[in-house]
Amino acid sequence: MATEVLMPALSPTMEEGTLAKWLVKEGDEVASGDIIAEIETDKATMEFEAVDEGIIGKILVEEGTEGVKVNTPIAVLIEEGESADDIAAPAAAQADAAAPDTTDAPVEAKAAAQPITPVIPAEADIPEGTEMRSTTVREALRDAMAEEMRADDAVFLMGEEVAEYQGAYKISQGLLDEFGAKRVIDTPITEHGFTGLATGAAMGGLKPIVEFMTFNFAMQAIDHIINTAAKTRYMSGGQMSCPIVFRGANGAAARVAAQHSQDYAAWYAQIPGLHVAMPYSAADAKGLLKSAIRDENPVVFLENELLYGQSFEVPVLDNYTVPFGKARIWREGNDVTIVSFGIGMKYALEAADALAEDGISAEVIDLRTLRPLDYNTVINSVMKTNRCITVEEGWPVASIGNHLSATIMERAFDYLDAPVINLTGKDVPMPYAANLEKLALVTTKEVIDAAKAVTYR
Amino acid sequence: MAARKSAPKKPVKSNTSKEELLNHYREMLLIRRFEEKAGQLYGMGLIGGFCHLYIGQEAVVVGLEAAAKEGDKRLTSYRDHGHMLACGMDPKGVMAELTGREGGYSKGKGGSMHMFSTEKHFYGGHGIVGAQVPIGTGLAFADKYLENGGVTFTYFGDGAANQGQVYESFNMASLWQLPVIYVVENNQYAMGTSLQRSSSTPDIYTRGEAFGIPGEAVDGMDVLAVKEAGLRATEHCRSGNGPYILEMKTYRYRGHSMSDPAKYRTREEVQKIREERDAIEHVRELILQGKHASEDELKAIDKEIKGIVNDAAEFSKNSPEPALEELWTDIYADDTRLGVHA
Ligand SMILES: Cc1ncc(C[n+]2csc(CCOP(=O)(O)OP(=O)(O)O)c2C)c(N)n1
Ligand SMILES: [Mg+2]
Repeated sequence: MATEVLMPALSPTMEEGTLAKWLVKEGDEVASGDIIAEIETDKATMEFEAVDEGIIGKILVEEGTEGVKVNTPIAVLIEEGESADDIAAPAAAQADAAAPDTTDAPVEAKAAAQPITPVIPAEADIPEGTEMRSTTVREALRDAMAEEMRADDAVFLMGEEVAEYQGAYKISQGLLDEFGAKRVIDTPITEHGFTGLATGAAMGGLKPIVEFMTFNFAMQAIDHIINTAAKTRYMSGGQMSCPIVFRGANGAAARVAAQHSQDYAAWYAQIPGLHVAMPYSAADAKGLLKSAIRDENPVVFLENELLYGQSFEVPVLDNYTVPFGKARIWREGNDVTIVSFGIGMKYALEAADALAEDGISAEVIDLRTLRPLDYNTVINSVMKTNRCITVEEGWPVASIGNHLSATIMERAFDYLDAPVINLTGKDVPMPYAANLEKLALVTTKEVIDAAKAVTYR
Repeated sequence: MAARKSAPKKPVKSNTSKEELLNHYREMLLIRRFEEKAGQLYGMGLIGGFCHLYIGQEAVVVGLEAAAKEGDKRLTSYRDHGHMLACGMDPKGVMAELTGREGGYSKGKGGSMHMFSTEKHFYGGHGIVGAQVPIGTGLAFADKYLENGGVTFTYFGDGAANQGQVYESFNMASLWQLPVIYVVENNQYAMGTSLQRSSSTPDIYTRGEAFGIPGEAVDGMDVLAVKEAGLRATEHCRSGNGPYILEMKTYRYRGHSMSDPAKYRTREEVQKIREERDAIEHVRELILQGKHASEDELKAIDKEIKGIVNDAAEFSKNSPEPALEELWTDIYADDTRLGVHA
């Protein structure tokens, strides 16, 4: 019986990819294990093997097609004597219900790649008339590092797979070629050791960027981040500094379960001596990372794997930096303030769109940095809207939202018309099962419901 | 690159000048008198918290400093007073840090365990056992990156030698051929745990073998043997051969810290080493035997050292406590308090 060959998911976060090349043509016989196509994911170019044997009856998606959704039929495999038209009609509909919906996804679909633009452009940091270019967060981070490495020889990058492999998440793509092995350094798998080593190198006059494959693994190294990097200046009475950037993916990715899905924002935000950034957009990722590399203080820079492939408008400016301690208002509104950062912004902005349709005008604030934290922007907004909800992915106990609630209570108590609601991830280790994982994370619907609750709708 | 145990070296008088012997004597004595004074001030309540004395181990830092060149870096654990004095830091600034005063190296904010000097290339003073080992490896990484010819002396204890990060450092230092000398100050105890009770193998200097790092055991109570080993190690590092391990067999006379009653060893054990192996006595004998100085001349040195230590103690008592605003400074580079939730 004829079967469909579906676009495979070749990484935990892949939702779509480019069908780079067909290695077979219609009429070719294939055996299981034969490489039939090359597919570009958000991270790498992968070879795609046939699972079943048969004859390539029909190629449904031409090579070179971008944005092919996972589970889209890309070819039809037939048996001897069959025709490609014998394909069973409901096959596509049988696709796993939990997978991203593919039935209505034309192969040229590029919706997810559409750049997102803030309604309120960031303060004065982008001059009027600046050219904007659609850029992924991934490219923005790479560009920031490359620009700063060109500007300052003391800047170097070290981490697992950052050089020859081009980055486990492809963030450091091309850097080895441009800067060489002296400045783009593959480390052994030795987080405690290389974090201490990089911290020492910073004390010795260099400006290291340490990439953690993900921040989950930085727990093995957290002693050096906190006890060494963050405290050296104070303990030395201001004599010694430790200018270093610790960066990498933070928070839940997709279906990687408890040990690989944790948001450390509140952990690091607690430490005096550290600066902490957690950007949402590509422009902020670039501008904040450039500021972080120039910073004389140690910086923890929390990225998000799910955002790496997301495109945003980034200003084409030679020297675009974003200051720490300044929130960005993405959307102005009068009825409720929604404060978030990092991937939480996705839910906040989606909720604000939905709320607008119900006549609720939400002001959405992206904190961008958690230390320093822009209290004033939050307080001013709450004084206007009189209601506030916070959205983050981390756990509820001692969360950033808790801290903001306390600050709002201290500084704007009389302005509140409803208690502040803190939306967070659920107080459980991250489960693996798709349905439970969804339940564990904060959702757009929870944000909408909370906004309705504080506006008494 | 096999590890080797150096033959116990009888100091060769001919290549040790009078001047050098007297310098060693003076520097070791300064550390011992300073530490005795610190112990006194602790007893008087002027020094608080933990205070780890270096008495007994003086020959290690003094010998190695004699092998160092200008620009070389050094760092160690919380047992750091001796290292600071040996690299030329001002006893007044060190003592005033112990008493938590404005005139201390860290303005009173670091204390006994956390002191630094950019001027003397002293990179701490680290309170977390073993943490200084990758940091020292990173300083060496910076030296190599900047091609400045420097070597980093990374000191740690026999107890710290069981930390995983030590071996992570060994691996990277050897892999990248970093100019770092790992100095294990094996004083036979980590708090109350003797080496026999903590280590599966007794010879720490062999632990680099798996990483291709040469190591040697050295009589850490013999300042001349220490210096010679230091010269071999620095030569090895400076020639671009990567790291080197020196295990210094030494002994601490006092408790682990001021509050340690030291019930884990006998008084006789300590007494025996003091009588038979004391590093300062050893150099004193060499000086007298070689007729480099008379008893009276040595007494004059003792007096001079006492004076320096007394001045340091006076300074540390009279220096004011840090201004209250100091609570909020030196957290960030710009010190505008941005980032501090006040
Ligand atoms: C990671 C860590 N664990 C435990 C301690 C508590 N502690 C302080 S000193 C010490 C013993 C270390 O002994 P050793 O490395 O031999 O150095 P020594 O004190 O003999 O100079 C311990 C367990 C610490 N400071 N850091
Ligand atoms: Mg010890």
